[in-house]
Amino acid sequence: MVLYIFKRFINYFFLSMIATCLAYVVSSLALDPAAKYYGRNPQPTQQTIDNILNGLGVNPDVPVLQRLWEWLVNIVAHGSLGNGVNGVSIVDQIISRAGVSLRLLLIGSLIGAIVGVTLGVWGAVRQYKLSDQVVTYGSYLIFATPTFVIGVLLMIGATVLNGAAGMQLITFTGEYSAGLTGSWWDLALDRGIHLLLPTIALALIGAAGYSRYQRSVMLDVLSADFIRTARAKGRSRNSALVRHGVRVALIPMSTFFAYSFGTLVSGSIMLEIVFSFHGMGEFALNAISQSDINAVAGTTLFVAILILFSSTLSEVLYAALDPRVRN
Amino acid sequence: MTNLLTNENPSGNGRTDPPLLEVRDLSVTFPQRGGPSVQAVRGISYQVHKGEFLGIVGESGSGKSVSSLALMGLLPSSATVTGSILFGGRSLLELNDRQLSGIRGQEISMIFQDPLSALTPVYTVGDQIAEALLLHDAALSKRAAAARAVELLKIVGIPAPERRARAFPHEFSGGMRQRAMIAMSIANDPLLIIADEPTTALDVTIQAQILEVLEKAKSLTGAAVVLITHDLGVVAGHADRIAVMYAGKLVENGTTHEVFADPHMPYTIGLLRSVPNMQTAGTQRLVPLEGRPPSLTVLPRGCPFAARCPIAVSACLDTEPVLLDHAPAAPGVPVAGLGEAAHVAACHRSAEIASGTLTRPDVFPRPEPLAVEHREKNADTEPVLKVTGLVRHFPLTKGGVFSRQIGTVRAVDGVSFSIQPGQTLGLVGESGCGKSTTILEILEMRKPQAGQILIDGQDVATLGRADLLRLRKDVQIVFQDPMAALDPRLPIGDIIAEPLTVHGVKPADRRARVAELLDLVGLDPAMADRYPHEFSGGQRQRVGIARALATNPRLVVLDEPVSALDVSIQAGVINLLEDLKEQLNLSYLFVAHDLAIVRQIADTVAVMYLGRIVEYGPVAEVFAHPRHPYTQALISAAPIPDPEIERNRKRVLLEGDLPSPTEQIDGCNFRSRCPLYTLLPPQKRSLCESFDPLLALHDTVQTACHHSEQNTLLTAAV
Repeated sequence: MVLYIFKRFINYFFLSMIATCLAYVVSSLALDPAAKYYGRNPQPTQQTIDNILNGLGVNPDVPVLQRLWEWLVNIVAHGSLGNGVNGVSIVDQIISRAGVSLRLLLIGSLIGAIVGVTLGVWGAVRQYKLSDQVVTYGSYLIFATPTFVIGVLLMIGATVLNGAAGMQLITFTGEYSAGLTGSWWDLALDRGIHLLLPTIALALIGAAGYSRYQRSVMLDVLSADFIRTARAKGRSRNSALVRHGVRVALIPMSTFFAYSFGTLVSGSIMLEIVFSFHGMGEFALNAISQSDINAVAGTTLFVAILILFSSTLSEVLYAALDPRVRN
Repeated sequence: MTNLLTNENPSGNGRTDPPLLEVRDLSVTFPQRGGPSVQAVRGISYQVHKGEFLGIVGESGSGKSVSSLALMGLLPSSATVTGSILFGGRSLLELNDRQLSGIRGQEISMIFQDPLSALTPVYTVGDQIAEALLLHDAALSKRAAAARAVELLKIVGIPAPERRARAFPHEFSGGMRQRAMIAMSIANDPLLIIADEPTTALDVTIQAQILEVLEKAKSLTGAAVVLITHDLGVVAGHADRIAVMYAGKLVENGTTHEVFADPHMPYTIGLLRSVPNMQTAGTQRLVPLEGRPPSLTVLPRGCPFAARCPIAVSACLDTEPVLLDHAPAAPGVPVAGLGEAAHVAACHRSAEIASGTLTRPDVFPRPEPLAVEHREKNADTEPVLKVTGLVRHFPLTKGGVFSRQIGTVRAVDGVSFSIQPGQTLGLVGESGCGKSTTILEILEMRKPQAGQILIDGQDVATLGRADLLRLRKDVQIVFQDPMAALDPRLPIGDIIAEPLTVHGVKPADRRARVAELLDLVGLDPAMADRYPHEFSGGQRQRVGIARALATNPRLVVLDEPVSALDVSIQAGVINLLEDLKEQLNLSYLFVAHDLAIVRQIADTVAVMYLGRIVEYGPVAEVFAHPRHPYTQALISAAPIPDPEIERNRKRVLLEGDLPSPTEQIDGCNFRSRCPLYTLLPPQKRSLCESFDPLLALHDTVQTACHHSEQNTLLTAAV
């Protein structure tokens, strides 16, 4: 079993490597890091520009495959992803920002998964009842709404709430209130309040997807014979649904978890901008706007590693939930 | 003489104790959105006494399963249930889900049809049995429940129960899963066990084992059993009483002897006469019970069976008959309640049937054999199909990129047989014995891994593409499931014409041929434009047969052609196949697991076991004097719809399941299950252990057994 998981990990590892290399090649071909130097006044000499570009390893005169090779060698040999256009090491920048994004992503996707699965089961059990309809339409509404609109709507809601309460109940700009001093507890609480709205936004997006998927899986399971067997044994309806139904209906969700995590990452980029979080999302956007090839490639690598881990996790979950795939 | 039975009179039924279960006027309807509701069960009443074995018989859609689920309170909440169900003095319909949960699994337990889907895939079998115990006994420790689960698995005959209790359902075979279900059902010593088609999904040999285990469970717990089935043979040997259901109503209820020997309802008579009986099969034509049950949404006004009943009179179309006692008993004797002594039937003409003025052949006459000119059956003619030493092994590999072979599935392992023109070969065996692979190899028309396939004397391995296409006209197949075998998006005319299109027949000729074929299989040629879903199962299978006949084949491969059909429909299709064979001088390769049907239609029979033929010879001889212990076991496992014969038969029971075809068994591969082997003295056993028996001729039958001369199983068995 461990061997199987390891094999899958290796498999995903190579897939992420291929994805990252492709991202490097594509961004190298699409972005023009030299452009902004030409626009400067006074314009730096060609020699200076070439020096800067060579220093970053992004000179378009060097064949792209050679640059890719050097980039890879640099990763393996020095654990370095090169420097950004601001001259700061990409690895350092990612380390300082990853925590912000991961905290948001992990909490948001976990809450989204739990809420979504619960709503999905509930909707399936009460199929076509009012509550099921409400959940269904609600999730379609969320699907149809762009992420940043959800963020902005939440901000408007929070402002109204703050106005009604007459005090700053919910603060939502940045990760923490600048200049706040106090005990560790005060600081944690402040961060928590700042995290509230983006987490809700992320959880809503996640829950919308999970609830649809869980509902359809659960509907299949509801008509399964083994639910009837469990009830014939003397389990009450609800107990049979939870102990036998939900337990089996969770199996395919583990695969869905891996995929939805990927979409959440891209969804969180917009949210970070809206809520002024200095996380990976902002980093990625800045990288593209500044034609920072190394930063784009580094971001892609970071996301690929996230997907790599979540895919492996979903394999572990699948095996843990379903005895039929073990061995 | 004929007394209306009222439900209010439960006294005087010959028993002093009140019935364990009393169902009164039970009705179940399923409301449908924007349409009339489905009346699945319409006012049925019956009783079950302590320790009694009741068989409920009916075709699919007759309401037999729905009525039992109503009893358990397991119907979907959309169903409307009326009437009353008294169980041990309590009215079950008035209890809520929590109260019913206390009774379910504790006092009433249920065994379901499909043992694969009826067990939760993610829990071990032991845990699922222990769950039944723990739910009803809060004081029981987990450890004690687990120990009891192992004990129960042992009772139902699972080998190595300690280890097996920790296995998951997917690691069990079908028969073992059903044993586990029985273990679960008897865990709390219930008073009533309801078994809903418990053996329908299983092979005959396993079916015999499961029925045996069910009998054992019944005797251990003293529980009453309600066995729901469509197979009259299954109830014949086990049930005390039989209730026959049709279109949501009970139409006959009596003791097993009464119902089989003296049925009063034409539907029962038709069912009994349409089922092929292994004892008499092949000597007479089957009696078809044509038509299909009425739709349960729009029931006709009178008797629902009237449309299919050959003796219907005008009264049948006006009023629906009620259950009455028609026995020609002493006049004036009041009839008991719907309880024990009564033999009741719902038919306006039952009195005539009961008194003997209408005999059973009067009701359902046996059709005359088709008059065709007798063909000279020349034994010297070239066989249509000759298979010699056919081998099909599948490599068993492991690993993804660098796969390596870790074993071989010997699906077909040296099979030889031949079919003469106008003859039928029956190929029988349990599932997994290689029947399907054999016919696929023949239809594939490729060079086999080893051996030779000759069709019309031509070796398929030597033929080119054009010759093969021509040869394919001569060999056609009819599939098992007529629902799945017909494209639902094509009108049946197009389906039947498709083989003609392949062989380049002109459109006008195709249409004429389709009309001719539809007529041939007993369908109206005007129906060519209809789609498959507009036809009943039996009609669809006729369409499948018409398609197979389109190219004028010489050999038709019939892959379990009637096993997906209801019993009453089977006879009509079998008769049609027999007629077509005579009319068109066809040869059949008939693959089946129902031995009675094979005996009915085949001239020669080949019994397969683990990729080999173990017995091969004329059908009458093989069935009358089976020589191989496996053939003996297969024949004695097949139930006979006659309670007298069924209860006094000598049986050869097989142990366990078919071994995996990947196993390499030295010597005789039947040794691991052979009942004869266990009786042999050690010096004779060594022959079985070291030498693989070859087919050897005994009189007219070839048998692959070292000891078939000394085989005394059938004479010794009591």
